[in-house]
Amino acid sequence: MDLTLRVWRQPSPDAPGSFETYPAEDIDEHASLLEMLDIVNDRLTEQGVEPIAFDSDCREGICGTCGVMVDGKAHGPMENTAACQVHLFNYRDGDTITLEPWRARGFPLRKDLIVDRSAFDEIISAGGYVSVNTGSAPEANLTPVDKGTADLAFDAAACIGCGACVAACPNGAAHLFTSAKLSQLNMLPQGQPERYARTQRMVTIMEEYFGSCTNYGECQAACPQDISIDFIAMMNKDYRKSKFRNRRAS
Amino acid sequence: MADTQQKPTATTPPPKQGQRSWIAEFYGSALGKKYAMAITGIVLLAYVVVHMIGNLKLYQGPEEINAYAEWLRQIAYPALPEEGGLWIFRVVLGGSVLIHIHAAYALWLDNRRKRPAKYEKRDYVAVNFANRTMRWTGIIIALFIIFHVADLTLGATNPDFDHADVYGNIVASFSDPLIAGIYIVANLALGFHIFHGAWSLFQTMGWNNRRFNHWRRYLAVALAVVVVVGNVSFPLAVLTGVVS
Ligand code: FES
Repeated sequence: MDLTLRVWRQPSPDAPGSFETYPAEDIDEHASLLEMLDIVNDRLTEQGVEPIAFDSDCREGICGTCGVMVDGKAHGPMENTAACQVHLFNYRDGDTITLEPWRARGFPLRKDLIVDRSAFDEIISAGGYVSVNTGSAPEANLTPVDKGTADLAFDAAACIGCGACVAACPNGAAHLFTSAKLSQLNMLPQGQPERYARTQRMVTIMEEYFGSCTNYGECQAACPQDISIDFIAMMNKDYRKSKFRNRRAS
Repeated sequence: MADTQQKPTATTPPPKQGQRSWIAEFYGSALGKKYAMAITGIVLLAYVVVHMIGNLKLYQGPEEINAYAEWLRQIAYPALPEEGGLWIFRVVLGGSVLIHIHAAYALWLDNRRKRPAKYEKRDYVAVNFANRTMRWTGIIIALFIIFHVADLTLGATNPDFDHADVYGNIVASFSDPLIAGIYIVANLALGFHIFHGAWSLFQTMGWNNRRFNHWRRYLAVALAVVVVVGNVSFPLAVLTGVVS
């Protein structure tokens, strides 16, 4: 099928950027958006044009490396789908597709469609783990977890950290990401000892880079893993409690 | 556009504990400001509902509503001086309004910083008219509060204003279609503000339970509708001569 691409091109973080238009002709409708970019890039390289820079890795919706605004929607038009899994048969012959990078203060642009998401890593380093003494692995069945809690924690753990929530949020907030990473630990017994210290530290780093939540719900709609904003409410509650507990402790 | 984006530098200082009071510390964070907005929002929402219900006495006639107004001035009298109770309410409500506005303004400033570059193309999915216009409906409401106090508490719009005759003051004001129009528009804005705010505060307060979550929407709609219908009915009743 024949498509037209409008792509944000920006050679470096400080250089000015602009939209460029490229033809994407004669492409198999079973190609994904990213495969289409591969093909277009091959052609651009042959013409001596710098290929379009974009991120990807697994190409099966599980790693969270890909991420781009497609026609004003994070990860494109499909629900609960990462950009790498959006196939061209969702488009009609002759369509124009606009590709823009994630735009947020916390995600500085590196090149073309690539942004630097290391602010997410900083949030994780602030507490997105459970401290354990190394040694032999503990017996798993010693810590019972009821099914409902386990399922909910698993829903939170489905977050692939792609940043679509930040990209979609009009405030550039990372509440959905942070709350998912908090909830997957805070809901389980293993996460309890560090629960409130973790919450406070991760929220503090989050607020440094990202905006605040006005409960629009855009993040939930954009999330390729369908993470619920219920987790944001849980984070809010734990943060409030953390303030009381840490006050008592100090 | 994108070139205005900057790499945030700071390696974060550890959260300072124990230097400022915990409440100042809490309010210093964005989540703390959201809490402040939710809590003051609850106070103001409760007030708005009670205010509307009290005003229904307009339909019972001059004696009833004037007696109600007099009773408001006597709350907690003689334990407090006359109007003492009323002034406590005024201070709490005024303080709530100021905190609500300050937090909203601070968050708005910060959010603008955190999303410096706009998308050229953006297709919103989940936002609705009410939540996109919160700050505008909020500004309308703030201006309206000033107008409303000047109009029916201080009597600035009415040369024959009489503190003891609430009924007469209301009829005099609402007989002017312009003033009645201001009340109607402001209350519609209030309705949208409540529609998002009353739902949103549950999220912010962390009151979330999957079994009851759908009720939060119904409650927000019910509150918005009850307040708007009640409040808008007063100017309409005067304009149409039902109350005169
Ligand atoms: S490339 Fe791994 S999720 Fe898209």
